[in-house]
Amino acid sequence: MTSTTPSTPASVTAESVLEHSDLDRPVTFTQAELGWVPWLEPLPESEFEERHRSGLVDASRAKSPYFALLARDPEILGARTRTDKDIFYNTKEGLPRAERELAATATSRHNGCIFCASVHSRFASHHSKRGDDVQRLLDEGTDAALDPRWRAIVDASVALASTPVALDAGHIAELRAQGLDALEIADVIHGAAFFSWANRLMLSLGEPEAPAAP
Amino acid sequence: MTTIAPPDVIDELLGVTPGSVIDELRARRPVTRANAQASYDALFAPEYPGTVSAVERFAVAAFVTGVHRSDRTQQFYAGQLTTAATAPGAAESARALPEAVAAEIAAGRTSGPYGSYPAGPLSVEDSEGLRYRVAPARRDVLGVRLAAALDHAHLLVFRPREASPAALQALLDAGWSTSDIVTLSQLIAFLTFQIRVVAGLELLA
Repeated sequence: MTSTTPSTPASVTAESVLEHSDLDRPVTFTQAELGWVPWLEPLPESEFEERHRSGLVDASRAKSPYFALLARDPEILGARTRTDKDIFYNTKEGLPRAERELAATATSRHNGCIFCASVHSRFASHHSKRGDDVQRLLDEGTDAALDPRWRAIVDASVALASTPVALDAGHIAELRAQGLDALEIADVIHGAAFFSWANRLMLSLGEPEAPAAP
Repeated sequence: MTTIAPPDVIDELLGVTPGSVIDELRARRPVTRANAQASYDALFAPEYPGTVSAVERFAVAAFVTGVHRSDRTQQFYAGQLTTAATAPGAAESARALPEAVAAEIAAGRTSGPYGSYPAGPLSVEDSEGLRYRVAPARRDVLGVRLAAALDHAHLLVFRPREASPAALQALLDAGWSTSDIVTLSQLIAFLTFQIRVVAGLELLA
């Protein structure tokens, strides 16, 4: 463990925020691949012990500043990552992948997370082959025109992302009317709920960077 | 198929009984279920607690669930805060925390998300809302560290798009280390997930 005594000069110099004064900041929602830079120092690779590697789940994530920063508390990172992977990738039954990503995109658009929205709108477009619909959601916001099934998923996700939570029986009835069964509705709920978590980490621990000009 | 296993906080918050609709739905997603609980354990019963105390963890949790107006989870964490604040090892000053946090919840309740985007095309979507800060009169009761944590929790719950390096610097200045801030951020953000899983599944009962 590193020293965490706040009053010692050593920790004051070691523990300060990272500012990125010359960063090229994206100012719109996009499906382009963005970078992300941390506002706090990630755990240096030289300080990784077994519990930190275990928390990463995928060892290659030590190279990601986001995961290397979260590795400072590896137990919650590991549990978070396993929750994330099961909610989005376990598609043996339940909601198709594209619509889980739609729930993630709608939540990220509503919360204002440009980075998360970029990643998951790209996934939603890829799996649905409906890039134009996804782009309209990014450009016009969560009220953008959509077909009834996507409308129901987006409305439920937005209501769930609001504080206080605004999801009600009417949203559930509309999802059922669009053909979703209970497990598929539970998948919408989990996908949207997870992004209330993810958005707040990505938004508060660093910021996105626009891709380099081609 | 009933798989209610050892203590599961989401089941407890939902009042799930073996064989009920929610029990069976959650049993079909065993990895999600197990790791939602593992997340709770990592944050509230940590094997390596570092320098974030149990009282601090439950005080922030009581505040986050309270400003969500999330009845069951709020009662759960308020109860855990009272237990932690009156535990034999807790500081005498901790006994005043449950009441102080309750007062801050009342002051912090509003509707979100709101806030400003980076200047540009999205600025037309900027929306104003409560800029909450812990009341000066309660900063002494809460202490510098916890007061800063509640300020930050309100930012993350209601206007996360306005998070900034300055907000993290305020936490560092109040004595939160870099690793403490990671734990605090995960705790606040995890609760926004747990509250929503409970609120959503409740409607499927």
